[in-house]
Amino acid sequence: MKRVALTIAAIAVALSGGLSGGGLKVASAAPTAANAALRFSIPADPKSFDPLHASLESSGELIRYLTGGVLIRVDRATDTAIPELAESWRMSEGGKAITFHLREGLRFSDGSPLTAADVARTLTDALDPKEASPAGDTFRVAGGAPTIEIRSPRDLLIRYRAVKPALDRLFDQLAIAPKNRSARLPASAGPFFVAEYNPGSTIILRRNQWYWKRDSSGAHLPFFDSIRIDIQSNGDIQLARFERGESDLIGGLNPETFDRLARTRPGTAHDVGASLDSEFLWFNQSPSASLPEWKRKWFSSALFRHAISSSIHREDLIRIAYKGHARAAAGPISTANRFWFNPKLKPLAYNTAALNALLGSGFTLKGGVLRDASGHGVEFSLITNSGNRERERMAALIQSDLNRIGVRVNIVTLDFGSLIERIAKTGAYEACLLGFANVDEDPIEEMNVWLSSGPHHAWWPQEKSPATPWEARIDQLELAQASQTSRAQRKKLLDEMQEIVAAQEPIIYLVNPDYLYALSPRIHGATPGIAPPQLLWNIEWLH
Amino acid sequence: MTRVRAVALSLLAGVLTVAFASPAFVPHPYDEQYRDHAGEPPSRKFLLGTDDLGRDRLSRLAFATRLSVTLACGAAALSVLLGLAAAGLSLSVLTKPVAVATTISLSLPWMFVFIVLRGMLPLNTSAAVSIGLTFAVMGVAGWALPGRVFAASVSQYRASEWVMHARACGMSERRIWTAHLWPHIRSIAWAQFRALVPAYILAEAGLGLLGLGVAEPATSLGNLIAELQHIGSIQTSPWILAPLVVLAIITTSIELLRGPAGVSA
Repeated sequence: MKRVALTIAAIAVALSGGLSGGGLKVASAAPTAANAALRFSIPADPKSFDPLHASLESSGELIRYLTGGVLIRVDRATDTAIPELAESWRMSEGGKAITFHLREGLRFSDGSPLTAADVARTLTDALDPKEASPAGDTFRVAGGAPTIEIRSPRDLLIRYRAVKPALDRLFDQLAIAPKNRSARLPASAGPFFVAEYNPGSTIILRRNQWYWKRDSSGAHLPFFDSIRIDIQSNGDIQLARFERGESDLIGGLNPETFDRLARTRPGTAHDVGASLDSEFLWFNQSPSASLPEWKRKWFSSALFRHAISSSIHREDLIRIAYKGHARAAAGPISTANRFWFNPKLKPLAYNTAALNALLGSGFTLKGGVLRDASGHGVEFSLITNSGNRERERMAALIQSDLNRIGVRVNIVTLDFGSLIERIAKTGAYEACLLGFANVDEDPIEEMNVWLSSGPHHAWWPQEKSPATPWEARIDQLELAQASQTSRAQRKKLLDEMQEIVAAQEPIIYLVNPDYLYALSPRIHGATPGIAPPQLLWNIEWLH
Repeated sequence: MTRVRAVALSLLAGVLTVAFASPAFVPHPYDEQYRDHAGEPPSRKFLLGTDDLGRDRLSRLAFATRLSVTLACGAAALSVLLGLAAAGLSLSVLTKPVAVATTISLSLPWMFVFIVLRGMLPLNTSAAVSIGLTFAVMGVAGWALPGRVFAASVSQYRASEWVMHARACGMSERRIWTAHLWPHIRSIAWAQFRALVPAYILAEAGLGLLGLGVAEPATSLGNLIAELQHIGSIQTSPWILAPLVVLAIITTSIELLRGPAGVSA
């Protein structure tokens, strides 16, 4: 699950924010003395500066983004692929192959030349199982590794045996690594390179003088000479630094902090609107779970799931749990994802129709207790991770909502490790409230959630065969879209998948939280996108 | 009774009376969500304001005080009793085994015991069982420190000149215990109890991380105090400091009450 990661507080690394338009747009202001350094904080030390070992959940991912040179960049503002180190590229063989033509005179930050051989070595290393590189997961396919053909120092061909959808966009996540990538502070081909690292304290990134990009006046980018990144896990201290003017931005604000900044520092707190992330709950339907038979029956009933889903006041989740900074979710794809979201789907509003239908199917509501046909009172435990205030508030609101229809919910907050252990390994849980943080608008890599055999098929991981006809249909749709190169065709298939999910609700979608950030008025050129790194995605244009 | 002790006793009695008698006069259930009044400041309707979910802070504070004080006192008493028992055993032939057990217990990462406990408990365990077990395990886990203090004190007192004098005068061991040793040990036990009560109240809040302790919609003093870790909340809503004030009154009052008259702790 490369692009879909379980949200945790540490992912505040989503700090990142965008700058002026796209990679090839021209900034309106030239660099000045005031551009000397950009300053912000990240919550934890990066595990590695090796671009092939930066993981999505770590601060290393952000460092990789700021320092790594990629062949293609996905413009977070327009969701289009734009050339970076590759001057051009061409897809061929029905989406199985891609040919890159690199820019002339590319160099790493240590002055060594960057050629097609470096690209080939980077991809080969990323795909090497011994490396266990998170970057390689994106490029792996069941049919075997792609072949890489170096045609000249500036040209190479990468060929898969089967169609790899959105192949070009995947290269947004592959930072071309130098030969010394395992060094403590390796060179890089992006706008900055890591110049200093004081563990637990600071990371200093300096401008890469060999970075290829220039503005319209021919001046080298990036505008900032350096970036000072403080390692600070305490959000209150991060906030205090920002308020004192010692930090220029904070990404991924929580609603309380956002509201506080909006009051104390008007004009610095910004709400981008709904993010790609979603919050949801699901019931454990795995046959290996040690559940009483009657509960298994409830959880596998779409009618039961609808009754639970429609009894939740989503508008209260937004208003109270998120202080208004979220949108009601309508399905597996965020409403903010303009291209891939199926506009036919509407957020589920509170209603009693499904509950009435459930009552008509043998359930009874007497004495404030909902009972099934065999007389068992409806009660289940809901696990969620501790420390996420919004999620804990949502759990309490859901508990109260369901109590009103006679359903008793026992909330159990667990540390993240224990929670993952239960949902991914032991299956010892009944229902779970959690969220996904999507890092790309393209839903291609959510396949491991939706394929019935997928390891992250939340409600029943790794089914041997689809348990229901609708799951079989989702499998068909997912596999079909994965063999298509046409975005329009894929969209059509994924629209149907979204409709099936909305109709069956194996996962009950609740809200899409907004992306909130704080930015100092002295920083210009930011055009935040909805995909990470939202605020720093075109760092070279910030000034 | 000194004036300080009288004030301490009055304060403690006042807080506990309000907490335990509150169901009779608090106008709102502790778990009722008034969603249109979420996060409101104190008002005539909600004397201490409402929390993020619109629940009456006063009702929740009273509930939390009842629950935390009762269970923390129970757990502290359990620790002290087990510590005394261990000290008693250490006077017998079991001196070395008790010393070893004490050392092992003090060096054990008890957090793992709580993790195992969580793993063994069904997720649908009732709130009462979960809370009771949490405090019971805390009480059992906390025996070693008071046990070591008691054992050291008893050993020291038994070797003192006045005990030897009593023994030389023909006083029975039983009489030595009841007349000479127990008054001293009692004051130490009281001091240990005073130290353990607030420690257990705060420790319970940390166990929420493991899915133990007090779960929604119930609450505890520890949970309410945990809200204070957000500096911004305190600046804009100083009334949320009320749980801290209550805890401070309880612990300070217990401290000021000291040991039984005539015996210093």
